[in-house]
Amino acid sequence: MNRILEKRRLGPCTWEYLIEAPDVARTACAGQFVMLRLHEKGERIPLTVVETEEPDGGVRLVVQDVGKTTHDMVDRFGVGDVLLDFVGPLGEPSEIGRYGTTVCIGGGVGIAPLYPIARDLKMAGNDVVTILGARSEPFLFYERKLDQVSDELYVVTDDGSRGEGGFTTDILTRLFEEGRRIDRVWAIGPPIMMKVCCDVTRPFGVPTVVSLNPIMVDGTGMCGGCRVRVGGQTKFACVDGPEFDGHQVDFDGLMARLRFYARNEAEALDAHEVKPCVKHQESAW
Amino acid sequence: MIKPRQTPMRQQRPYVRIHNFDEVPLGYSEEEAVREAKRCLQCQYPTCVDGCPVNVDIPRFVGQVARGDFGEAMRTIRETNSLPAVCGRVCPQEDQCQGVCALGRKFESVAIGRLERFCADWEAEHDVCCPGIAPDTGRRVAVIGSGPAGLTAAGDLRKLGHAVTVLELLHVAGGVLMYGIPEFRLPKAIVCREVEALCKMGVTIELNQVVGRVVTIDELFEQGYDAVFVATGAGLPRFLGVPGEALGGVYSANEFLTRTNLMRSYRFPEYDTPIRIGERVVTIGGGNVAMDAARTALRLGAKESIVVYRRSVEELPARVEEVEHAAEEGIFFHLLANPVRFLGEHDELAGIECLEMKLGDRDDTGRRSPIPIEGTEFTIETNTAVIAVGNEAHPLIPRTTPDLQLNRWGNIVADRETGQTSKRGVFAGGDIVTGAATVIEAMGAGKRSARAIAAFLEA
Repeated sequence: MNRILEKRRLGPCTWEYLIEAPDVARTACAGQFVMLRLHEKGERIPLTVVETEEPDGGVRLVVQDVGKTTHDMVDRFGVGDVLLDFVGPLGEPSEIGRYGTTVCIGGGVGIAPLYPIARDLKMAGNDVVTILGARSEPFLFYERKLDQVSDELYVVTDDGSRGEGGFTTDILTRLFEEGRRIDRVWAIGPPIMMKVCCDVTRPFGVPTVVSLNPIMVDGTGMCGGCRVRVGGQTKFACVDGPEFDGHQVDFDGLMARLRFYARNEAEALDAHEVKPCVKHQESAW
Repeated sequence: MIKPRQTPMRQQRPYVRIHNFDEVPLGYSEEEAVREAKRCLQCQYPTCVDGCPVNVDIPRFVGQVARGDFGEAMRTIRETNSLPAVCGRVCPQEDQCQGVCALGRKFESVAIGRLERFCADWEAEHDVCCPGIAPDTGRRVAVIGSGPAGLTAAGDLRKLGHAVTVLELLHVAGGVLMYGIPEFRLPKAIVCREVEALCKMGVTIELNQVVGRVVTIDELFEQGYDAVFVATGAGLPRFLGVPGEALGGVYSANEFLTRTNLMRSYRFPEYDTPIRIGERVVTIGGGNVAMDAARTALRLGAKESIVVYRRSVEELPARVEEVEHAAEEGIFFHLLANPVRFLGEHDELAGIECLEMKLGDRDDTGRRSPIPIEGTEFTIETNTAVIAVGNEAHPLIPRTTPDLQLNRWGNIVADRETGQTSKRGVFAGGDIVTGAATVIEAMGAGKRSARAIAAFLEA
């Protein structure tokens, strides 16, 4: 249980794990997440399930080396090691239906949770247009994997080192300008990217689903730390989400809460002399 | 000659204890326990037993303490109470066994809670054999949730010879005893000890189990369980519904206490989970959880800890002892005040605007209802607020079990005496049924349900 079956580097700061967790593998759906804890003094962190491998009971996750815990994980946990705690699936599954043309947008490490949604949308008979974005080429991953489940694939990087230069929202805007019929949009990535995607789709009235990543403590419907304002109501990402109608989400409030522990994070990194690959402020997701 | 007053229990001095998380009361010595136990009148028709939600045979165990038979006393307690070290510390005895103690009519009641605590701690230091277990019945019961209701039901059912598996969502067993009640009121080592005692009796505890997602209640029956007890407790915190509640620095008591108790944020950065508080912490609410949060704030290093409560001191729902401890520690009570908005600066909390309140007529809880006084707005400057105004039912089982009848607040509908729900073979008890209540009330529900489950299994 909770044994690491595979570990693979996807980029300079991004790693893919396959964790042995047969119950989670058997029951997890696209959109759901797990909480894990590395060791007795560890924090609980949420990670979205990328895919499951039924015969081995494996759960695939993508981890970006971005803070104390994720750095510990990629630095010290390899094949054969055991994670202390691994619990899931948590949250509501994505609502996969037959919508018509769906645009799936993944930014940074948000590409990982996007994959199972695009795959399931394709299997449900949708036309899937996928837009992947990252800061630069090394931060892109799963391009082939998403290509296989997409009818069209666009790739952008901030610096133009791979695909077009620019942002995912540039492509989304262009699709609308071209007069493409779009029935539903999924946008998963940094909050600012999700916010801008929603600004783009709002005038067209296209339903836009976002997957939120607020700070969680237990992640099981108890602490209330992951609350976000959605449509003027308090919602909890761990049990009401993590996916919400992006047009209703208070992204500014979400971003403010995400910054609240920045100083503590810096303190933890100093105290443990840890240098994560990506500084949190620059985190892609 | 009966001593009119209870034998006092030594405690950490307030100015010492606000700087540590160690337990506040220090416990009785053997001599003190015997002295206190001798105050018991050994009533022929004792009222205290009925005053106890789990009906501990109080006169018998107190008599055994008076004779120095501490091991025997412990065996007596364990016959009906699976968590004595916990109850001795957190039960509101003044409203229960001690509230109806005959001695209490003239003098101070017997300090039953302190004696129970003494026995449990004595047991921990001396090896006492665990209670007798009936031969295996071949029946299997799944208990969902390892808080006070679940652990009590598990212990009682195991004693009757049933195979019991407790399924817990978090990474430790104990529920609110671990994440909610602070270390200084209920040391976590004591909870672990009680849980270990259950494991020694043969109760199986499985952690990190998402019942409702990984396995539904119907699937538990398919797996061969004969009955299910749902004891998943209170869940998501209630908020006030006023502007600014999403600001950084506004915590629910659940989050504030979970970070501190379960995740040990007071030892950050040695432990990974941080907590961030300002020099002044304002806790909103007047129950035991509010007292726990306000006292925790001091221990986390706050210079000032203020409780804001919308009614008066008479209506404070917290135990008298908790309010006294809080007051001794220098916590300020701003009574008859209620927040109307949280004020932010740079996305973080900077102050709380409140209104003064007055008391009106009695409401349906029997307490006088608070009425805002127009034009009395005032602002408390603070960077940290903790909202302790109660919880909703834990959402997971209700949302994933469509044929389980719920009331309009989302609590599971269950018979008060038996815990029987609308679903055959499924029983429920504790906060998931009643809404937020006390540890011992949840234990009482666990006990009654265990009895009903046993009857169901025999039928």
